[in-house]
Order: sequence, then structure tokens, then C-alpha cells
Amino acid sequence: MQGVKEKALELLASGKAQRVLGWKTGEFFYDLTPGVFESAEEVEREFEYGVFAGANLSKYCIAESKKDGVTAVFLKPCDAYSFVQLLKEYKVKREKFYIVGVQCDGMCDMEKIRAAGISGATAVSEDGDTLKISTIYGEETMKKSDALLLKCKTCKSKKLVIFDELLGEQGEDCPESHRFDEVERLERLSPEERFSFWRGELSRCIRCNACRNVCPACTCETCVFDNHNLGTDNKAAASDFEENFFHIIRAFHVTSRCTDCGECSRVCPQHIPLHLLNRKFIKDTNELYGAYQAGADLESRPPLMDFRKDDCEPSVVYERGGAKG
Amino acid sequence: MKKLALKELESLFAAIAAQQTLYLPQDDAAGQAQFAAWKEGAARSRRLNTARSAKDLFFPQVENLAGFKREGKSIEIFETREDVRPFTVFGVRACDARSFEILDKVFLKAPVDTFYASRREMGTVITLACTKPDETCFCRSFGIDPANPAGDVSCWMDEETLYWQANTAKGETLTSELPMLEDGGEEAVKAQQEKLHVILEKLPLAQLDLSKVGAGETEALFNRPEWKSLSESCLGCGTCTFVCPTCQCYDVQEFNTGKTVRRFRCWDSCMYSDFTKMSAGQPRPTQLERFRQRFMHKLVYFPDNNDGQFGCVGCGRCLQKCPIHMNIVKVIKTMGGGDDAK
Repeated sequence: MQGVKEKALELLASGKAQRVLGWKTGEFFYDLTPGVFESAEEVEREFEYGVFAGANLSKYCIAESKKDGVTAVFLKPCDAYSFVQLLKEYKVKREKFYIVGVQCDGMCDMEKIRAAGISGATAVSEDGDTLKISTIYGEETMKKSDALLLKCKTCKSKKLVIFDELLGEQGEDCPESHRFDEVERLERLSPEERFSFWRGELSRCIRCNACRNVCPACTCETCVFDNHNLGTDNKAAASDFEENFFHIIRAFHVTSRCTDCGECSRVCPQHIPLHLLNRKFIKDTNELYGAYQAGADLESRPPLMDFRKDDCEPSVVYERGGAKG
Repeated sequence: MKKLALKELESLFAAIAAQQTLYLPQDDAAGQAQFAAWKEGAARSRRLNTARSAKDLFFPQVENLAGFKREGKSIEIFETREDVRPFTVFGVRACDARSFEILDKVFLKAPVDTFYASRREMGTVITLACTKPDETCFCRSFGIDPANPAGDVSCWMDEETLYWQANTAKGETLTSELPMLEDGGEEAVKAQQEKLHVILEKLPLAQLDLSKVGAGETEALFNRPEWKSLSESCLGCGTCTFVCPTCQCYDVQEFNTGKTVRRFRCWDSCMYSDFTKMSAGQPRPTQLERFRQRFMHKLVYFPDNNDGQFGCVGCGRCLQKCPIHMNIVKVIKTMGGGDDAK
């Protein structure tokens, strides 16, 4: 995407924004860090946007919202859903932001490139759907589609649901994303097989809290799992069963507020497919309360924060055959 | 020096595992390498290094320290220590091998941490030289030679052969129990070492300059304004500390089982908001102070207390795993090290 850096410079120069929230250039080509830029010099020196700008900047807007003046923020389609959801929850103030919507063709994941056996990478260039990767051991190529972040492989929408200005074309929903395929596969398993799948996946948890801390829906000032006064805190990966509850309770807590931005799975150092828990709840919510996309608009009420007379009854659990009474 | 044809490697693992638990890097369900107990037919991971470090086997994330039981007005204290049996770890890289030296300085200094000490005593470390380091590797900056890793036994591997060099009495004992090892291999190892040394020069972080950090630099670094922008996007998660082979801070907590109380320790992270929280409050109120603590500890305070030795081994795990790609190399360079210092 051309013009992102230029836009950052322009917004600072025109006074439309006092600061810019974007991505800082890294040590390598892939390790961009979210960052705040307050001067043209900083932008010139360190601003970078590219296929490794996977981080969702919306959560940083909670902190930026408390600052004086206007912050210009660059939001990709999936990030924009998170921003709208934060607006709905009064976590950010609309007037504090100048939103530049940035169209996105999918972001790449260095871990995928490493998993393909490519090491010592020093530079990358795009040639159509091919990534040309220079390494200290020679030149390598990889299909960009194979290097995409998991969240991008199953992108739900390229529509920018909020912006003051758009870079690139407005996109559309991606109904063919197949994002529920893996959930459906798990639903077809027997309860025992499914239990064993999740026990296996969650047993790798090291309780680093990266999933929670990166999550734009996790905005409690003190998380229940950190609350010592309540006695519900737990720092230990004390029993793997407890880790299972941490993730399941967290998924419940963000149900109908989770926009499926996929950050939880992106950041997990142990590669636990946490997004599948969220997607299961999204799928169930869609089936039980009608199709709903968190963060798609400012007006609708999240199904679990709403009440309608025709809402399903708790007995639906048994009717759907998931449990044995 | 000894050697063994790689096709015989399974028999070597089986012979070690017949005596004691053998841990070696194996790919987990997500395709990442992790140290796991060897079983017949288990495939050794081809990954450069494990996602979690070898530290875990000596300093587990959670461990019981003691139990308490109250009866009337008396409290009984009982042992909850698990019996540590002899074990061997194969495939530890040079960086992780150096991390034991650092952890020893923390845990084996009086008063000795007997939990850690017993695992160090019972554990035999077999290291494996690197052949294809990653761009995130910078162990050389800390004087570590990945072509010549430490450990009770050092190993090298090429397409066909494993080379084996015992370094300690523990290593010699293990070697004497493995009759399949034959003499020889010096030339092949020397050639591999030379080849790796050429590669190391090409690594992007080969010239990392540590002269602006280290013992005695507290005053120069503590109040640097750059900590603000460096820490600004830190999520405050514990990923860097938990994958780090040298992070050794832990919390001691109690768990009421209903009948007894278990006192346990678990890894803590200086990135967490309740780290070293006391009755008077949190001494590091914002993420800036917490973030600074982690890097000052590794780059200044630890060297201050340990004859200049850094608390980092350059394994690169934090470079690969930080959700927002902030890491110790960026901190070192921002503070004035490296070729493109700003």
C-alpha cells in the first residue's frame, strides 16, 4: 500500500492531528512495532507500513483517547471493526481520532515463513503472489498465500466500517472466507474427541496473558484473573485444567463483542488456535440469535447484552445435543 | 572424541532412555520444537531451537515448596518435594547451555536453592552445535561459540554422523555406558566449526555493540527519555520473560486446598502489574518502569553483581515471540549500541 507514510506526514503538517499512531520500522523487515509519532522527523525516520503490519492498533486507541488533541490512526478493515466496538463500549472517543482506513490484501506471518524452513532471512520483496526472501543462505521463494497470518487466510471482510479518509478502495464482506470450517470440523467430533483436542491445545498454555492483553475486547481495568482481592487471581500455570478455564471464561466474556480480529492467535507464542473458541461462540450466537457481526455498526445491540421475547431458552443446550442433561 | 552413524541414533537414545528420562526437542502439535521425553520412534525436531527454553527442565514454571496442615492450635509443615530422578537433556543449544551458568549464579549462591540444585545435580546436559543459525541469533555478542557449545557432553551433527565429546565427569560416565560410540571425528568437527564461524560473521546482528550497556551504567541509562517510546507499545504480557532462558524471577503463593495449604512458586514476570507488589503498593507503577526493569536487569544490574556477565545469551526467542516485536536488541541499539545507532 502506497501513501501511508506520506499521509502520516501530511496529517501532522496540516495540524489535523497532533500525533500519529502507526507502525515503527524494525530491526529486520518483518518486526514492525506499533508506535506513536509526534513529529515529521520521527515519521521520516521510523514509520513503515507493509505486509508485516499485522498488529491491530485499535487497542492502543484506549490510551491515545486520553491524550489532548487528535490522534491520527491507521486502521485496516479488521482493526476498524475493533475500533467501532470500542466506540460502542465508550472506551474511545470518536472526536479524538482522525481515522485513515487502509485497504489490506492480507498480512504475512514470519512464523509461517520460518515454519517453511526458511531461516536467516534478511529481506523480502513481493512479486505478484510470490514472496522473494533473501537469506544469508541464499534466495528463497514462497507463495504469499502460504505466508499469510491465519486471521488473514480466513478474512471476514475487507470493508472499512469506519474512517474519515480512505486509502485504497472500499472493500466488501468476504462470505467465502470459510472461517467457520474448522469450527464445523470440531463440531463433528464426538464430545470425547473434542475434549481431547482442546485439552491438548490448551495444555501448551504458558499463561503469558499475551492473548488477553492484545485483545481489543479485553478492556477491564483489572482482569478477574489478576484480582488478588477477589481471590480469583492466578499467576501459576498450576494445573492445565485451570488454563482451560482461563481461555474458556475469556471467550465467554468477549462473546458478541469479539469482532474476530484474530489477534489472540497471532500473538500466542505457543500457537494455540484461540480464535477457534471465539469463532465457535460467534457461530453459535449467529445460529441462536440471528447473524451478528460485532463492531460492524454503532447502533445494534450485542445479542448477549440484549433481550428479545423470542430469544432462545437455556434448554437449547440440551436440544442441540451437546450435553447429556 | 567419539562418533556414531546417524542411523544408529535411535539406539543411542534408547540406551540412554533405558537408564533415565531422556528429553530432546520434538515437534509439538503446532509444529514448534519443545523438549519432551523420548519414547521409541519419537522424531527429533529439525528446528533450530525450542520455543520454550531448556530452563524449564531445571526451573519448572510451577513447583510446590511446602505444605501446611492445621490441627487445633498446631501447624504441621510437611514436605511436598517431588523426588528428582536422574535425567538427560539432548540437543541443548550453546545459548541455552550458557543460560545454566547464569541461572547457577542466582540459584546456587548461598542460600542455595535446593530445588534447582537437585535438578542440576541429577541432570546431564548434552549440547548440540548449531549449523544454520537464524537472523535473530546473537549469542556471539556474549562470547558464546555455537560451534563449540558447553554442557556435560558436546555434540555436532552432519548429514550422516553424530560427533560426541564428553566435557565433565558426568559426561564421561554417560559416555562409558554407551558402547555404540566409536572413536574419531575430530577432523569433521573442525571443518564444521570453521564453516559455522564464516556464517556467524554474516549474521545481521554480528556487530551488536554492547559497550554502552553493562556494569556501572545505571546512572547513564536509568533516566534516558527513550524508555518512554520503547515501552509505549508494550502489552505487559509475559511472553518475553517466559520464553527467556535466563529470566528467573518467581512469585511465592499459597493455595488453600480446603484441608491443607500448599505453598508453591511460579514464574513471575516483571512485565506484570503486580510484580513485587507489596503492602505499600506497586513500586513500578506504569509499564515504563516495568519494561525498564527487565532490560536494566539483564544489561546492567546482573552484570553489576556478576563480574560484568550479561543476563542475556542472545538466543533470539524474545525477538521471535514478542507480540509487538519489541526486544532487547532494539533496546541495546536505542541506547547507543550497534552499527545504526540513532
